[in-house]
Amino acid sequence: MKRPMRREAVLTAAILLLILAAAVVLDAALPRYHIVIKVIKKGAVYALVAVSMNLLNGFTGLFSLGQAGFMLLGAYSYAILCIPVAKRMGVYQYFQGGIMRFSLPELCSGVFGEAAGTVVGMLLALLAGGLLAGFVAYLIGLPVLRLRSDYLAIATLGFAEIVRTFIQWNALGPLTNGSNLLKSYPDLPGAASYLLLIGVFIGVIVLITSSTYGRAFKAIRDDEVAAEAMGINLAHHKRLAFVISSFFAGVGGGMLAMYMGTVQALSFKSTMTYEILLIVVIGGIGSITGSVATSFFYIAGLEWLLRGLDSGKFLGIKAPGVFKNGFRMAVVSTIIMVVVLFFRRGIMGDRELTDLLRRKNRRRKEESEHG
Amino acid sequence: MAEPVLHIENLTMQFGGVMAVNDLSMDIYPGEIVALIGPNGAGKTPAFNCVTGVYEPTNGKVEFLGAVIAESHPRGRMKKLYAGEHRGLYTRRVVYPPDAITKLGIARTFQNIRLFKSMSVFENVLTAMHLRRTSNLFTAAFRLNRREEAAQRARALELLQIVGLDEWKDEPAAALPYGKQRRLEIARALATEPRLLLLDEPAAGMNPQETMELTAFIRQIRAQFDLTVFLIEHHMNLVMDISDRIYVIDFGRQIAAGVPAVIQNDPRVIDAYLGGG
Repeated sequence: MKRPMRREAVLTAAILLLILAAAVVLDAALPRYHIVIKVIKKGAVYALVAVSMNLLNGFTGLFSLGQAGFMLLGAYSYAILCIPVAKRMGVYQYFQGGIMRFSLPELCSGVFGEAAGTVVGMLLALLAGGLLAGFVAYLIGLPVLRLRSDYLAIATLGFAEIVRTFIQWNALGPLTNGSNLLKSYPDLPGAASYLLLIGVFIGVIVLITSSTYGRAFKAIRDDEVAAEAMGINLAHHKRLAFVISSFFAGVGGGMLAMYMGTVQALSFKSTMTYEILLIVVIGGIGSITGSVATSFFYIAGLEWLLRGLDSGKFLGIKAPGVFKNGFRMAVVSTIIMVVVLFFRRGIMGDRELTDLLRRKNRRRKEESEHG
Repeated sequence: MAEPVLHIENLTMQFGGVMAVNDLSMDIYPGEIVALIGPNGAGKTPAFNCVTGVYEPTNGKVEFLGAVIAESHPRGRMKKLYAGEHRGLYTRRVVYPPDAITKLGIARTFQNIRLFKSMSVFENVLTAMHLRRTSNLFTAAFRLNRREEAAQRARALELLQIVGLDEWKDEPAAALPYGKQRRLEIARALATEPRLLLLDEPAAGMNPQETMELTAFIRQIRAQFDLTVFLIEHHMNLVMDISDRIYVIDFGRQIAAGVPAVIQNDPRVIDAYLGGG
């Protein structure tokens, strides 16, 4: 009983390491702005945010649409804490350089040395963004988590819109730069570092979902009445799931800011939440593997493979009359509809990579027994 | 006699103008199996729900092991509407949510089976041990609670062996046949380490053979887990066979109480069940 489980874990770890190694090779072989590197980076960020949403919507059964709001908080925290002091004057040109007089990477450089300090500072800024998002989630969770299903979705959606408007408020300008861009903050070097970092964060989520708390979350999803009768405190556990999910959405938002190079509240619209919800549903509600894989496919398709559909040439076919602006989205939507029709429970259902490996092993064993 | 495990006093549950439970008083003593019976709509399940914290009683008091777990008096619009007795007798308000009551040591099963459907049989039992955890989110996520987790897993397996479901432990709970799902529900309730077990129509939908097995099973777990059992049931065979004492209610009101032999011949009970004039 114990052995095969360990075997699957080893296989899974090997697959993940192989992907990481591939990313290292790609980093070395391709220029920094190559589309493949960008797809991996953005795919990784979306994977984290999708998994964080899955934790709430898939594992705990709370239908929340506040993801973009929490990402926004994380993104702004990261940007504000990381813009080098020397560049603040230029970024906050309408607010006399803003009120922040320090930059975390620079502070940490003083302690840990230039290279290590910058990275430590960036990580601290990401975590700070996550903590802020988690804290805000705790506060709004107090009233909002009493709501059920659709009503919770509407309330969280409203919250996200409020955050977006609030951040652009001119009175907050010295901190958030109002409705202007934040830029000039540092980015992580290559695709491999993104994968590594996101891998660690998703790893933590996996550990949580497979712990006794994860089981309590699933119990709430399956049957609230029974969960409560089994002694699971509904309010406490829902709040916990909401805060954890928002924390990682905040971290993911910080990394999205990192990836984009500039951040503006305007881009964190509810469309972004729907995009992520789409990834979660297509990947399989309750499957972390599904969310991760779908994130990469979705980003690769949208940003890279299907680009030609918008610009006149696709798969060597030149048809400027058909392949023009907007056609790509029509194709993507069709693909999504087909996937939903054929995979009613998402591509992965609620299975994980380890389940797939186990199934294959079992089948092989049965075959060898019969043969 | 010893102190009662469960003491229900003048319990009244009124919904709008309907008296679901009307002035119910009963005591259940350690180690007893007590049944609450009555025709359809007599108010058995509302009484259960008042004990388990699903409803707040309109009036009356419930004590478990000497501590008040529910007490209330007519409030809000019930002040006007209340049609029961003992108005003004209870002045405090004590409300525990269902999870807190389970933690105190009252576990229950449901009339319409409510298992965690996406989980395996084993996980269903394991999940019910969450409430006795000593770990927090951090220690649980980073596996610093390994000893507790291992102990829980061992205990869950042991429970499944006791109820005879260990063979099915990796099956999805929803895939079990009906009778076994009922057993699993009981195993899951036992995993919360209760002193008092509430069974809501445990024999509903069972054939005579299964009902007989269930009778033996309830006796077995009572002895093995040092339990007190309080059950609601329609199946007269089961009730007469298993109960130490029986309370009968009709239209929310207690009409008889006593040992099975007495209840069986009580004209009021026969009336209530056969609808005589």
